[in-house]
Amino acid sequence: MDILTLFIVIPVLTIIGIVFSKDHKQVKWTAAIGMGLQLIAAATLIILFLMERKAGNMAEMLFVKDLVWFPSLNIHYLIGVDGVSVAMIGLTAIVIFAGIFASWEVEELHKEFFITLILLSTGVFGFFISLDLFTLFLFYEIAVIPMYLLIGIWGSGPREYSAMKLTLMLMGGSALILVGLLGLYFNSNPSGGQLTFSLLAISKVHIPVEIQKFFFPFLFIGFGVLGALFPFHTWSPDGHASAPTAVSMLHAGVLMKLGGYGCFRVAVFLLPEAAHELGWIFIILTTISVIYGALGAVWQKDLKYINAYSSVSHCGMVLFAILMFNKTAMTGAVLQMISHGIMTALFFALIGMIYGRTHTRYINEMGGLMKVMPFLGVAYVIGGLASLGLPGFSGFVAEMTIFVGAFQNVDTFHRVATIIVVSSIVVTAVYILRVVGILLLGKINNEHYEHLGDAKWYERVSTGVLIFGITAIGLAPLWLSEMISGGLGPIIQRLLMASPIH
Amino acid sequence: MINFGFTVWIVLIPLIIFVLVGFFGNRFKPVVSGIVGTSGLFVSMALSYYTAYQYFFNVPRVGDAFQKLIAYNTVWLRLTEKLHIDLGVLLDPISVMMLIVITTVSFMVHLYSIGYMKGEKGYERFFSFLSLFSFSMLGLVIATNIFQMYIFWELVGVSSYLLIGFYYTKDTAVAASKKAFIVTRFADVGFLIGILILSFTTGTFDFITLTDPNGTAITQGGGIMFLGLSTMTWSMIFVFMGGAGKSAMFPLHIWLPDAMEGPTPVSALIHAATMVVAGVYLVARMFPIFHFSAPVALDVVMYVGAFSSIFAAVIACTQFDIKRVLAYSTMSQIGLMMFALGVSGYGEEAGLGFMASMFHLFTHAFFKALLFLGAGAIIHAVHSNYMNEMGGLRKHLPITHITFLIACLSIAGIPPLAGFFSKDEILAAGHEKSLFLFILGLTISALTAFYMFRLYFSIFWGKEQNYHHTPHEAPKVMTIPLMLLALGAIFAGLLPFASFVTSDGKPLAMHIDLAIAIPAVLVGVFGALTAMVFYRKETNIPEKISTALGGFYRAAFRKFYMDELYLFITRKIIFNYVSRPIAWFDRHIVDGSMNGVSYVTNEVSTRIKSFQSGQLQQYAWVFVTGAVALALAFIYLWTN
Amino acid sequence: MFEGVPLTWFLIVATLMFFIGIYGFLVRKNLITILMSLELILNSVNINFVAFNKLLYPQHLEGMFFTVFIIAVAAAEASVAIAIIINIYRRLVNIDVEKMEEMKY
Repeated sequence: MDILTLFIVIPVLTIIGIVFSKDHKQVKWTAAIGMGLQLIAAATLIILFLMERKAGNMAEMLFVKDLVWFPSLNIHYLIGVDGVSVAMIGLTAIVIFAGIFASWEVEELHKEFFITLILLSTGVFGFFISLDLFTLFLFYEIAVIPMYLLIGIWGSGPREYSAMKLTLMLMGGSALILVGLLGLYFNSNPSGGQLTFSLLAISKVHIPVEIQKFFFPFLFIGFGVLGALFPFHTWSPDGHASAPTAVSMLHAGVLMKLGGYGCFRVAVFLLPEAAHELGWIFIILTTISVIYGALGAVWQKDLKYINAYSSVSHCGMVLFAILMFNKTAMTGAVLQMISHGIMTALFFALIGMIYGRTHTRYINEMGGLMKVMPFLGVAYVIGGLASLGLPGFSGFVAEMTIFVGAFQNVDTFHRVATIIVVSSIVVTAVYILRVVGILLLGKINNEHYEHLGDAKWYERVSTGVLIFGITAIGLAPLWLSEMISGGLGPIIQRLLMASPIH
Repeated sequence: MINFGFTVWIVLIPLIIFVLVGFFGNRFKPVVSGIVGTSGLFVSMALSYYTAYQYFFNVPRVGDAFQKLIAYNTVWLRLTEKLHIDLGVLLDPISVMMLIVITTVSFMVHLYSIGYMKGEKGYERFFSFLSLFSFSMLGLVIATNIFQMYIFWELVGVSSYLLIGFYYTKDTAVAASKKAFIVTRFADVGFLIGILILSFTTGTFDFITLTDPNGTAITQGGGIMFLGLSTMTWSMIFVFMGGAGKSAMFPLHIWLPDAMEGPTPVSALIHAATMVVAGVYLVARMFPIFHFSAPVALDVVMYVGAFSSIFAAVIACTQFDIKRVLAYSTMSQIGLMMFALGVSGYGEEAGLGFMASMFHLFTHAFFKALLFLGAGAIIHAVHSNYMNEMGGLRKHLPITHITFLIACLSIAGIPPLAGFFSKDEILAAGHEKSLFLFILGLTISALTAFYMFRLYFSIFWGKEQNYHHTPHEAPKVMTIPLMLLALGAIFAGLLPFASFVTSDGKPLAMHIDLAIAIPAVLVGVFGALTAMVFYRKETNIPEKISTALGGFYRAAFRKFYMDELYLFITRKIIFNYVSRPIAWFDRHIVDGSMNGVSYVTNEVSTRIKSFQSGQLQQYAWVFVTGAVALALAFIYLWTN
Repeated sequence: MFEGVPLTWFLIVATLMFFIGIYGFLVRKNLITILMSLELILNSVNINFVAFNKLLYPQHLEGMFFTVFIIAVAAAEASVAIAIIINIYRRLVNIDVEKMEEMKY
């Protein structure tokens, strides 16, 4: 078996293991061991990938495997990875591993919970390794559907409403994506002959500009919905607020990245001319996303809402960077996806842990928690500092790469958009420090809080893994950034060929 | 030539101590953290002195000028083909000078804190943060490229945030730390935009390439105009915005007085001697670009510096919190340094202002750190920050009294103390530019002498207050740094500074021009004497004057309402008129439209569901009607 | 045996029965009446079958057989329908079609 299929097989085996587990403890440990293996597999994949590249294997995709599974429509199980997908797989493995430990205390229907959670992660892993558009879409749906159950059953607050809203909006996005994918499929072979869903094959084809312009908005908006593109982001605050901890982590940390990944792997890569011509519309929208999400977060009082709006802002930056169409900015976009993925997972994990103790998420009802739970407090401050782009953490690396990349575009429109996006980091500082100030510092304003305990061991594992991820990337970003930018070559080349200046 | 690779350790030792104390400090007795931190800084300091000795005396010069050496360099992140962020060590006269200043003051502050922070909760946290700050600040000054500087720039910002908010259960401290961080962050965005423009225009981050007067960056950069100014000018104005934020220049100064909420050693280290001069250092570092490519930006530096200086000096005369007086004094002195840079030319005698600025930075570090540490000893003794609750302390705190007096004399520019020499050079540089600037400088000097001696006389002379317990002198571990710094405040001015640090690296002969020195000393003495008349004995002259000045005094006392203005902008405008409507807009318009879609779907479905009534008879009606209609149509067509 | 009676007469009777049945089916609310209307419709068809069979293929009996078949099916249908109606009546004490909308929408 090849290493990539392993990423589908391990979760499936874990699910089977959970089905046959007897009690709560066994379920938890099966899930933890399974996802631990997954994390090890991801690390191995990164090492193998780097070794292959070092050995001089400069193929566009590595570890490619191709099986036909639906011959009449020419659908393949075509998998392979480049630097970007490897990085995303690493991210997913970290977040799901931390997510298992963050949901250590789920009691209600625990077996079903872990099964659904791991099913979701299977979809995500499948999405990142697929190179066949149909298979990719299939995994995408596998990742999105369990969300409904996870929020609807294990959520809090108006969970049915939120689950419904989230699922319907994402399904709306899927519908658009499907139209776009079919459009690609039926134009995948302009000279006649066998049509194909293969991403690699389509990327060699020149699709007429008019057709590209028709299908590009479908794909970009479709994936953009998942990437919280303004004004299609409103599922995010409600959905996150109602979702259980691990689901918020996985959703904001990984699932939202499916949007960004899809946008550039499918929309921009396969339809480059249209991306050039229509990019300006989406640059406006993403710029609005960035600044609007940040300003929206300033006023919120619910911790999860704050983080959800902050995610809108950060994910907006991802899409913004993708639309800058140069290698630096796109590397920054992927870095930002990874950085934000880990960071926001950390935030949601911490919010869940704090909520588990104080039973409120309203910051005004809390205060001085640093004193009673120093570990969680320090972790929150670290997350906050990473989020506002402090050097030494991953956020800085990602943001600076994006800004420098975006600044390579010389015209006034791009410049103004870039400067607006840059200025969002002040607003980020405002809402992060506001939360830290109210929530953690100051005096304890509720005497019940004085007896709360600090993090338990599994909570420490969960946050520790994520903090390690943030700082490791933040301190030594070079290998990751090189790995990612190495994978972007074909995309950049195709964009350059399509650029109107060329 | 000697290998300077070891200079990396000057920076790394504090980082290692930060990690060690931060993670393991709570396993040992608190004082262990203090001792570990202090000894680490001692090693750093020793290495810095060694570096300075080697650099100034044993490195061969090129055409009489000190070279810029890259002691260490490694690529940290590659951005584009041309642009990459490096981490490294750059040695040149100003960075070596800064190494000495920072490690010395930091060591003194560490030593002092062992005594000052005794018994405080979070002792080891304090020392780990101090080490973090020292690491960041050292990393900032030895930066080989502007992006490395930005990285450490942010890190000093966050260490400052952590240290101001050290007493995190105190609301004012939390608010002050937040304010400091956000205001400087706002300025840093300017800095970042400046870097982006600069790097895009010149294609490099590297300081040596950027500041080479014959290099491509200066000779070719900045051709494109935008709003009447070249891109280079714009980028330098933005870069200076970052510097102004960190150095508390008007109008970004508002965080500095509040930052005094932090423990006093922190104020001495960060908000007096080192971090706040980072802006001056930044301008000095980029000076060739300012001078050759962006003279307009340099004028901005001059005006902002001069205005901030006089502005802060006026406010300092009205404040009662001794740490705030010192904070405004710091702002005023930094304004002078900026001003000196702004009037300076490049090379030879024209670069006098540059040298004066650096010289003042050097001497200021000693006497201002001394003043703050002295203030710390006083606060430690009387448990109050307000000078009107003090008086007659000279008998109780003899060592503090003498060292404080030395610092006051030094800052007032009385010869032969350190402040006299450096301030004299600044006034000379101002005089070369214009008479008006010279008179402005003299006014600031007079005000400086006045408010410093106002402080001195109110604390140590005047009527003795009813203290809770008799004030007692601080322990040795606190007074020794005071005495050492006092030595610096006395003798630092006697160094032949101009033979080491100049705008182009070539040594300069320093001389005292009596035509400038005499008026400077006279206004200093005049200011000090006025203060003595007002405050040595209790008199009602100050009240009379303040009532006579009326509105102006009140405005100065309320710091010219800058805080209120900022509060208005942030609270009212940003929070109420921007963020709140956006939150509303998001909930009601954007989300409303999404909910609207579902509502419309729901409504349409309700309307059309009556077609699907389940009533068979209704269906049959439709069916029969349809069948009949079809039949009729068929017959009609058939017959025609 | 139908000598002298023209086909048209049979058709008129069948048509009348058919439309009376349709009318009853559409407007009556009582389930039993609706069932009776249905029977009328079926029987009108039966008459047509028999009449046309005699007219067109007097030697064959397909029309007759079909009629018998329909009668048999109708009997079965009527018994099932009445069983349902009785059940409904037991539960709701009512056999008005418009009242039975518990599972609507």
